[in-house]
Amino acid sequence: MKSRWWKGLILGAFSLFALTGCSEKYPVLHPVGPVGEQELFLIKFSTLLAAIVVIPVIALLIFIVYRYRDKPDNQAPYQPEWSESKTLEFVWWAIPILIIGILGAVTAKQTFALTHPPKNSGEPLTIQVTSLDWKWVFMYPDQHIATVNYAEIPAGRPIQFVLTADAPMNSFWVPALGGQEYAMPGMAMRLWLQADKTGTFEGKGANFTGKGFAHMTFDVKSVNESDFNKWVADVKKSAPALTKDGYKELRKPSVMGKKSFSSYPKDLFMDTVMKNGGKYMNNHWMMMDQQEKQMDHHDH
Amino acid sequence: MLESLKEFAGHFFVTGEPLIYMSDVAIVVVSLAIVFTLTYLKKWKWLWKEWLTTVDHKKIGIMYLISALLMLFRGGVDALLMRTQLALPNLHFLDPQHYNEIFTTHGTIMILFMAMPFLFALFNIVVPLQIGARDVAFPYLNAISFWLFFFGALLFNLSFVIGGSPDAGWVSYPPLTELATDPGPGENFYLLSLQISGIGSIATGINFIVTILKMRAPGMTLMKMPLFSWSVLASCIIIVFAFPALTVALALLMFDRLFGTHFFTMLHGGNPMMYINLFWVWGHPEVYIAVLPAFGVISEVVATFSRKSVFGYKSMVAALMVITVINYLVWAHHFFTMGASAGVNAYFAVATMLVGIPTGVKVFNWLFTMFRGRIRLTLPMLWAIAFIPCFAIGGATGVMLAAAPADYQYHNSFFLIAHFHQTLIGGVVFGLLAGLYYWWPKMFGFILDERLGKWAFWFFNIGFYVCFMPMYALGFMGMTRRVYTYPAETGWTGLNFVSTIGAYLMGIGFLLIVAQVLYSIKYGKRDVTGDPWDGRTLEWALPSPVPHYNFARIPEVSELDAWWHMKQNGETLAAQNKKAPLEPIHMPKNTGRPFIMGVFFFIAGFGFVFNWFWMGAIGLIGVVITLIARSQERDTEYEIPAEEIRRTESALGRL
Ligand code: HEM
Ligand SMILES: [Cu+2]
Repeated sequence: MKSRWWKGLILGAFSLFALTGCSEKYPVLHPVGPVGEQELFLIKFSTLLAAIVVIPVIALLIFIVYRYRDKPDNQAPYQPEWSESKTLEFVWWAIPILIIGILGAVTAKQTFALTHPPKNSGEPLTIQVTSLDWKWVFMYPDQHIATVNYAEIPAGRPIQFVLTADAPMNSFWVPALGGQEYAMPGMAMRLWLQADKTGTFEGKGANFTGKGFAHMTFDVKSVNESDFNKWVADVKKSAPALTKDGYKELRKPSVMGKKSFSSYPKDLFMDTVMKNGGKYMNNHWMMMDQQEKQMDHHDH
Repeated sequence: MLESLKEFAGHFFVTGEPLIYMSDVAIVVVSLAIVFTLTYLKKWKWLWKEWLTTVDHKKIGIMYLISALLMLFRGGVDALLMRTQLALPNLHFLDPQHYNEIFTTHGTIMILFMAMPFLFALFNIVVPLQIGARDVAFPYLNAISFWLFFFGALLFNLSFVIGGSPDAGWVSYPPLTELATDPGPGENFYLLSLQISGIGSIATGINFIVTILKMRAPGMTLMKMPLFSWSVLASCIIIVFAFPALTVALALLMFDRLFGTHFFTMLHGGNPMMYINLFWVWGHPEVYIAVLPAFGVISEVVATFSRKSVFGYKSMVAALMVITVINYLVWAHHFFTMGASAGVNAYFAVATMLVGIPTGVKVFNWLFTMFRGRIRLTLPMLWAIAFIPCFAIGGATGVMLAAAPADYQYHNSFFLIAHFHQTLIGGVVFGLLAGLYYWWPKMFGFILDERLGKWAFWFFNIGFYVCFMPMYALGFMGMTRRVYTYPAETGWTGLNFVSTIGAYLMGIGFLLIVAQVLYSIKYGKRDVTGDPWDGRTLEWALPSPVPHYNFARIPEVSELDAWWHMKQNGETLAAQNKKAPLEPIHMPKNTGRPFIMGVFFFIAGFGFVFNWFWMGAIGLIGVVITLIARSQERDTEYEIPAEEIRRTESALGRL
């Protein structure tokens, strides 16, 4: 069974590449971390299952239209009243049921798996992300530094992004690392990602937020642990602090480049969540299945 | 005084864009031309008596059709403007605001003001004829539905030149659409025009459910009813259950905007997720409202042009009904990434995939309807054949999207755009065009020219694949939807450029269809038999175009494919008519009130758009008055004398 799956997978992947060409321009097809890889597996697996139905359908269609075309000399059988066959109909109720059954089971399993941090990797790092009009603010609660429109992460460690918005909701997406999650006002939502390689990966706001939306891109720079620590130290030393007034300035609708801050007002993230209606929400529930030790930022 | 008037006009009329000034001029010129022509040809009275006041389902259908084609043009121009802007990186053909308005109006118009009236056109024209009825169950209500749609669409399109267009996408999610971030009247245009036309849609749903359940010809049990009528029944059941959710979502968002409530702001305990759920509780079923009748068309066309009964009729009916139920239970697949728990996502993923099962069954049944048939490649059949692979791929990418963890990567990307265009164009539009070509002779009495039609077909089809296949790849490249431009470093240029070429090919295809219609009006082959395709269902028993009372005598039905079997047994409608003396027929009288009610709805809507509550009140009072007036009316029917029917029928060779 297993080996057949893999054969199928290779086939599926092959057809995907044939369709799209193989290059680093396709971050979704060349993920650099376990989350993106699991999602890619499902993309390929579902493509393959879909192809099992679609390709024969198209082949059959071509064959039938050709063979039974209305030409005077066409010798193919013609049975105008033949309109029922229990066996045939059983077959094509069964095929999709089988395929959907398999895909459904695999999908359900993966959906649960992705709510946990990637297995067998290092100590998780938490980054709080706020979507503003039209820029992204990243805060590192353990390092106490903040950035705008870029984030550095240590390669090989699971990153817990905690997302909110202090503007119309957006969606946080770094295709090379894995799928997206919305950033919504008044809520704190979590997305696990991890980069296994170093490099710079483009991230984007995926959900429409008005005039400056197209410019809401950011960089995620994956570096090794020591470079990460060095970067943190650098930012602490050389960058200005983010004050409350400074944040108010950031909040005004505008498009801007990258920025770094050596510190930020301590509870800024949860204050933002609460201010935007978080007090009505049970944000604890939203992040319930996360490890308890990371809960220290919202024990309200 | 003059100054403040100037300032008001500066806000009121959309200014500053050459494109808009050009449209202003075009609108004025076209309107003047229409007024002039009508006056010159002394056609005002004709317009009022024959069209604006009609309650005849066939004429209402034709008015829906004309509106739908005009809206297809408008939505298509929007599409070409967007594709032009995206053809190359960093273009400044459209600024962001303008681009945002255009994708919003494109989506809204295509779904609500193009697909819906196109569907309703076919419902109206075909269903009563196919089930052997004289009209729909509630002809007066039917006229109201049309005029509410019409004035809703007018209100929406007006935003282009007055006040400004909505700019937050066809889904119009709060909090972006709350007053704080979207203050202009554009969003109000969206809310009110959808609300008004939505009321009309619910009424249409009710109307056709009752028509189909209550007005079938004697002998036509449900299991002998043609599949198109079945698909309309399914679609209307979904309308009746789904549209109220949209009504509520729109109304609450309007309260937020007009009266400062907080249903969908997080402040004071509201929650935008409520809107998003309500929207998709309607929005997902809406796509099946649109596609099921297309399935119905394909079933009719494939059977007719394979000269064979539809394969697996019972399975086909079962599949329709299964979809009708499941499609309510899957809406959250539109927001797998909005923080739902794994359990919720897993449920909605699996439920969504289940829809693929009956859909797959239908595809196989269509294939085996053709199998051992005799396939004639006429225009309707060409579109039906093109429908099958296109829709199959669209359904397959739908199932892929339904795999929730994979969707985290597809969501909001061009992959999603490709999926739903493939189902909406390859499914709904191809299906509706097949239906249009198929029933055109029944509506107008002539056949559309084959040669031009084939050119249009190939341009449109090839254009479709050239335009949308690259978008799947662009999705994998990380291109997000609704961006007005992109930098060259992304590497998205080539595929975007190809896609734009495809869009223009489709545009040419559309123009060829227009040319085909104009050409065929003059030169098209006349349909003198009423049965140009050797059809199977009752509408082909009637002359084309159909006399306004449809059937001189309601036919008796004993089998599925009633007309086919009548022909097989050497029977004709003339023979049926001769069986006994014809009797007078009761028909509903024409009435101007549905039109007037539409005008009042329009006035109310326009008032609320600009927060002019006095004007809103006048409009609503007008609506209530027309309702009361209707309730006082007693004399709503007239009788066509038997003698007149006999004359008409013998002139048509049916006696
Ligand atoms: C087997 C059938 C289908 C399945 C499993 C399916 C699945 C999906 C899923 C999961 C999404 C959400 C993707 C996302 O937002 O990330 C979606 C979006 C969409 N689908 Fe389908 N679909 C199917 C058929 C159809 C059909 C028949 C239509 C139209 C006639 C359609 C029209 C749409 C539209 C319009 C959207 C996107 C709306 C938007 O976000 O603006 N789909 N589909
Ligand atoms: Cu859906």
